[in-house]
Amino acid sequence: MTSIQVLGHGCENCKRLEANAREAVAKTGIEAQITKVTDDPGIMAFGILSTPGLVIDGTVASYGRVPSADEIARWLKA
Amino acid sequence: MTTSALRRVHVPLPLGVAAAVVAWLVAWFANLPLANWLAFDVLRLEAGSHLGEAVAFFLLDTPKVLLLLLGVVTVVSFLRSFVEPERVRRALAGRGTLPGTVAAASFGIITPFCSCSAVPLFIGFVEAGVPLGVTFAFLVSSPMVNEVAIVLLWGLFGPGIALAYMAAGLAVAITSGLVIGRLGLERYVEDYVWTIRAGSAMPTFRPTLADRLHDAWRSTADILGRVWPWVVGGIAVGAFIHGFVPTDLVVAIGGSGNPLAVPALVAIGVPLYSNAAGTIPIVEALLGNGLPLGSALAFMMAVTALSVPELVILRRVMKPRLLAVFVAVVSSGIIAIGYLFNAFTA
Repeated sequence: MTSIQVLGHGCENCKRLEANAREAVAKTGIEAQITKVTDDPGIMAFGILSTPGLVIDGTVASYGRVPSADEIARWLKA
Repeated sequence: MTTSALRRVHVPLPLGVAAAVVAWLVAWFANLPLANWLAFDVLRLEAGSHLGEAVAFFLLDTPKVLLLLLGVVTVVSFLRSFVEPERVRRALAGRGTLPGTVAAASFGIITPFCSCSAVPLFIGFVEAGVPLGVTFAFLVSSPMVNEVAIVLLWGLFGPGIALAYMAAGLAVAITSGLVIGRLGLERYVEDYVWTIRAGSAMPTFRPTLADRLHDAWRSTADILGRVWPWVVGGIAVGAFIHGFVPTDLVVAIGGSGNPLAVPALVAIGVPLYSNAAGTIPIVEALLGNGLPLGSALAFMMAVTALSVPELVILRRVMKPRLLAVFVAVVSSGIIAIGYLFNAFTA
């Protein structure tokens, strides 16, 4: 089970990132659980300064941008 | 099937970029003849008449400003993807007060200020040892001085006023940062901010050039999508004022004869939540009809630099007292800039 976390306060970009992550999971067919982190201390614990952030299995995969579903799918397979 | 999305038509990257550049240039150079042709040949308006001039102004300026935004925002978004706040923060933490403040204000030019990122940025800066004043210099300059504002000013007023606005914005940001730094207000930052122990992340996957271009395009489409109704609406109002509103009226209210014009405009502008796009075209017409430059700049700066929604978000990390100081210092700076420009251009 892969864990995917979307970091952000719920702005437009965060919603888009979450949608892309879901699409990527559907595409790759892997089993993953997507959760959202919306509180400041929780977000800051990952050391990112610009939201939205994407965390895959505990490591920060990207921040400050919205990677496409294809890109996330690539990472999930890596 | 899932593969259909992956098998989208793949234009080679350099070809796509070249095509986009050519299309942009064609549109740019076709704009003036097209606008004149539409206004005076198709609509048969009379050159020199109120209505004719207003319509021609609208038809020329709308595509011009939208094209400029499209081009510049794409390029800036692309370049920006190479400047990460995570790196900048490290650079800012290790500097003296003055160089740090100047650097933070300049950094604010290229960083978009998304109010949703303001809190993590603020915490991250403070937590990494960036002084409070330096952090504020960034917070002030970021929403006020940015490529959208500069493009609109450059397109509608020319380089002189665009650069004046930029310099004035930086001056306000730097002064505010220095003043707030001097006041020693650390205790008015919400206490939990100091207890957060942030990690230090570097992304595992670096975006490729194609990813960066894709991102840039995406965020440009986003920004233009949000901004275009304001630009069109603003230019329409501007065109109307251009053609119809008597100059005397504007001068009587906002002119140099009214010494309270600048603070009044700032007081109106501060709570307003708008971006440069919504206000600049209107201000353009007011300026054209006799509003002094300083008053116009002060109004624009007040609208972009401070707003109620932004303050609500910043309240999460700042106690009311610090917020009040923030608003007071920045507004005073803007008012000073307004008077200064009015004095020099009178």
